[in-house]
Amino acid sequence: MSKKPIEKKEPETTGHEWDGIQEFNNPLPRWWVWVFYLTIIWGVWYTIAYPAWPLIKGATAGYMGYSTRAEVAAEIDRFTALNGELEAQLASADITTLEQGTDLHNYAIQSGRATFATFCSQCHGSGAAGNVGYPNLLDNDWLWGGTIEDIQLTLQHGIRSEDDADTRYSEMPAFGDDYLSDEEITQVVNYVMSLSPVTKPDADMALAAAGETVFVDNCTSCHMEDGTGDRSQGAPNLTDAIWLYGDSKEAITEIVTTGPFGVMPAWSGKLSQSQINAVSAYVHQLGGGE
Amino acid sequence: MGILDKHVVLEKNATLLLVGSLLVVTVGGIVEIAPLFYLENTIEDVEGVRPYSPLELEGRNIYIREGCYVCHSQMIRPMRDEVERYGHYSLAAESQYDHPFQWGSKRTGPDLARVGGRYSDEWHVDHLKDPQSVVPESVMPKYAFLADRLIEPKYIEDLMKANQIVGVPYTDEQMENAEADWLAQADPDSDYDGLLARYPKAQVRNFDGAPGVSEMDALIAYMQMLGTLVDFSTFTPDASR
Repeated sequence: MSKKPIEKKEPETTGHEWDGIQEFNNPLPRWWVWVFYLTIIWGVWYTIAYPAWPLIKGATAGYMGYSTRAEVAAEIDRFTALNGELEAQLASADITTLEQGTDLHNYAIQSGRATFATFCSQCHGSGAAGNVGYPNLLDNDWLWGGTIEDIQLTLQHGIRSEDDADTRYSEMPAFGDDYLSDEEITQVVNYVMSLSPVTKPDADMALAAAGETVFVDNCTSCHMEDGTGDRSQGAPNLTDAIWLYGDSKEAITEIVTTGPFGVMPAWSGKLSQSQINAVSAYVHQLGGGE
Repeated sequence: MGILDKHVVLEKNATLLLVGSLLVVTVGGIVEIAPLFYLENTIEDVEGVRPYSPLELEGRNIYIREGCYVCHSQMIRPMRDEVERYGHYSLAAESQYDHPFQWGSKRTGPDLARVGGRYSDEWHVDHLKDPQSVVPESVMPKYAFLADRLIEPKYIEDLMKANQIVGVPYTDEQMENAEADWLAQADPDSDYDGLLARYPKAQVRNFDGAPGVSEMDALIAYMQMLGTLVDFSTFTPDASR
């Protein structure tokens, strides 16, 4: 293979010269020039194909009929169609009789897990273990009931949710506001502590004995005489080892004084029925479901 | 000398080059920006969108002051994953009274365009005071001081006036009642019928659960209304937009 001798041409100069340095006027590489022309052609095609030029009433729509709104709608429709059958079954299913191991049950758990991670984990934790003031959903201690229908009802209407008339509602009074004296609060706190196995060692039994009367007079209508609580009022069981707001004497005194209560939004308008059913099934099978 | 060689004139004269480039950029600007002002379909008319109530506007100012927009956008893009996580994609009309708007493309935290009603006020208080107490994996800084800073509606009328100047259609009635509405929204025992008539769907609560109106109250009032004004069950998107 013989090489063609490259004809060496003296490059043109622009005619500029500074201190003996001359500026060449070499042409641009040919590939570069062609790519440049192609981008111009592509640019013109693009404005014809896609929405582009503003006119008097609106912009040109483009012959390809592209629209971001139509695209996202089509994408959502595609997934709705893929899951449509199971979603419809789940929305109308009687979730109390969902059989384990069926496709529908598996779908409910997986879909429920995803929905929980998106909407519920901010309060209840990504593993559903809750937080101070936000109930743990893994244990069998339920404020408003742990059957799957109870969970479903809580999800649909929320707890003390302002925008839902059917929400679960109850309110613990702030006993520090004129109801009880500081002394009575100290007594009742010690009594309440004597009920639970974890706090009993820290309770002052003499104060606790005095606190029993205070408890009977003020607390039993919700927390019941034996302190086991009442689920129809969302009143927690005080005799178990679970303390939503902390088990220290200070924490319990704070509760009796200020009477805090949690709020959970109602999800019926925000999530679909199938999503609510899925989350109910997911939460129910986490460990504490009844 | 062909026509292409005439650019030598421009290249040799700095002022001419400047004027020339300005002209070119102006053409681009006119084509891209001017139509937004006269095209009717730039911002579709959406039912329910209203200017911010005084307390919400105050909260919005705190949101901007604290630089929340550095990590949180308020713009749900029209993509399936975003719509499934955050809700219906944002409409231009929903930020039509935003000065400045809070769109964005960088998210360290989640998008907040529809955060309203998603969490309880108590959660917002806990979360703003100490984000890691509720979301251990969060990298958000603590804003506990907001709860301690009590505020008064001293400058709310001025703030609304400033918004009015840049185009928010606050009525005379809304301006006259600015202070009263500001106070009423944070006090569930007040007479807030007027507030609700002037600002439909405004939520009246003691947002932080503590006495007095704090910056926390204002910020939560703002957060809880974000994305709640448009009723998407009755909204039909126009595909041409």
